[in-house]
Amino acid sequence: MKGLSEVLAPEARRPTLSLDVARIREDFPILKQQICGRPLVYLDNAATSQKPRQVIDAITRFYSEDYSNIHRGVHTLSQRSTQAYEAVRTQVQHFIHAAEDREIIFVRGTTEGNNLVAFGYLRPRLQAGDEILISGMEHHSNIVPWQMLCEEKGARLCIIPFNDDAELLFDEYEKLLNSRTRLVAVTHVSNALGTVNPIRRIVEHAHRWQVPVLIDGAQAIPHLAVDVQALDCDFYSFSGHKLYGPTGIGVLYGKASLLESMSPFQGGGDMIASVTFEKTTYNKIPHKFEAGTPNIAGVIGLGAAIDYVQSIGIEAISAYEEELLAYATREILKIHGVRILGSAKEKASVLSFTLEGVHPHDVGTILDQQGIAIRAGHHCAQPVMDRFEVPATARASFAFYNTKEEVDALVNGIRTVMEVFS
Amino acid sequence: MSDLRDLYQDLILDHTKRPRNFGQLENANCRADGHNPLCGDKLTVFLDLEKGVVKDVRFQGSGCAISTASASMMTESVKGKTRAEAEILFEKFHRMLTGPQGVEFEESDELGKLVVFSGVKEFPVRVKCATLAWHTLNAALKHQSEPASTE
Repeated sequence: MKGLSEVLAPEARRPTLSLDVARIREDFPILKQQICGRPLVYLDNAATSQKPRQVIDAITRFYSEDYSNIHRGVHTLSQRSTQAYEAVRTQVQHFIHAAEDREIIFVRGTTEGNNLVAFGYLRPRLQAGDEILISGMEHHSNIVPWQMLCEEKGARLCIIPFNDDAELLFDEYEKLLNSRTRLVAVTHVSNALGTVNPIRRIVEHAHRWQVPVLIDGAQAIPHLAVDVQALDCDFYSFSGHKLYGPTGIGVLYGKASLLESMSPFQGGGDMIASVTFEKTTYNKIPHKFEAGTPNIAGVIGLGAAIDYVQSIGIEAISAYEEELLAYATREILKIHGVRILGSAKEKASVLSFTLEGVHPHDVGTILDQQGIAIRAGHHCAQPVMDRFEVPATARASFAFYNTKEEVDALVNGIRTVMEVFS
Repeated sequence: MSDLRDLYQDLILDHTKRPRNFGQLENANCRADGHNPLCGDKLTVFLDLEKGVVKDVRFQGSGCAISTASASMMTESVKGKTRAEAEILFEKFHRMLTGPQGVEFEESDELGKLVVFSGVKEFPVRVKCATLAWHTLNAALKHQSEPASTE
């Protein structure tokens, strides 16, 4: 397999605004097609991102050449599979700068990671009258697990509010922290608004109360360099499919001491040290949390995706996407009747907007007829919609394979929407 | 783009911009809430049902062009109809939008101007937008206590 690092000029790998996007796009077979007779403009990357050939090929090659079950065979294929699977664990460790590879748990995705913390960590510790603190801009996956626990235990879910620019009110956050707080769970980047939250400060203040912090990194991981030790967060969850990897695979990072103190989430094979009908001794971390045959090929695909992203460079990706977002914001605001939701100073890759007199679903359908894929709806963040008093928004979200020409197509598409409804 | 005009016909856009029978009905004796969990569209249908006849009907809520126009035209179509006639209309409307693709709908005449929604069939994800008001009407006619859902 030829990695991007081999085909790109060295300067393209440094933080620069001049990514060779034309060349990068060649790696994504799906982007070459036409939709409704127009070239596909894929701007739904916050929902899920497309897969480069390198990821698709790695999965195919793994199934064709190396596939077997892991951790339980003495035969060659099982050893190869185990080695490849565990190598990705180390790769993820380095990618997010974890201290040890046993702090990396493979899960189905961010949702399962959040639920593992809810049910594996918090549930046995939570009592009536305790509080869980989340922000007002969470995805449903970082709301509902906590509500389920609160209902069961008689605990309280407290919400950090945000201002009209979609920035968290830090003073309010400080006031909400107290001796009853048992966990802070906050998104790194808002999926509906694009806000990048000040995680380091959030963690620092929670730790003054000895409160652990879970960061939902689903939207951050494809756009920002993440260093879990620098952030000092206790848990960090993300999904592979938003990082140009396959669906059904994700990661929960947890500090080793916390993971070791936790009960298993699911029982089954691979998570045990020994089993009799009288007593089972659990395996060590990370295996304690990976019951049953995991998504082995998904892990291999995730490894290839991280390789791919690193061959371009996450800093270069961040810089390019920031420029693209600024350009899109500028251009879209030229259209009369457009309102952008989310104008935080620190913002990543998401442009959520409404058009006066037009429902976002109609925007979505009319853009689709022009080959442009965006998301229309509440983005699994209904409380955010309520906060801005809108039923839904249209959302364009960018990846490093998007171009200014595609932004222009979006802007023209929106003008067509306005014409239909004029 | 020609498909777009099939979907957003002038009649539909007219009802979107100026929905008929919009707002609460003070003397309603039946009402039902409708919800499309996929997109968050919500509406309420109010009925004044007298001796099995829809004497008056209004709706309230927020939704896309298709769902608003469909609700508006639904109110016009069922006003003055008996409960049984309204239910038959609902079933026909539903069949028009959910029947097999590429097969011409044979009961167009009976639907009158509601056939303007036949183009929605070509946009499968939007079918629920067009049927929400009708599901909600059906719930109101049946005095259901649970909110109607497109699911």
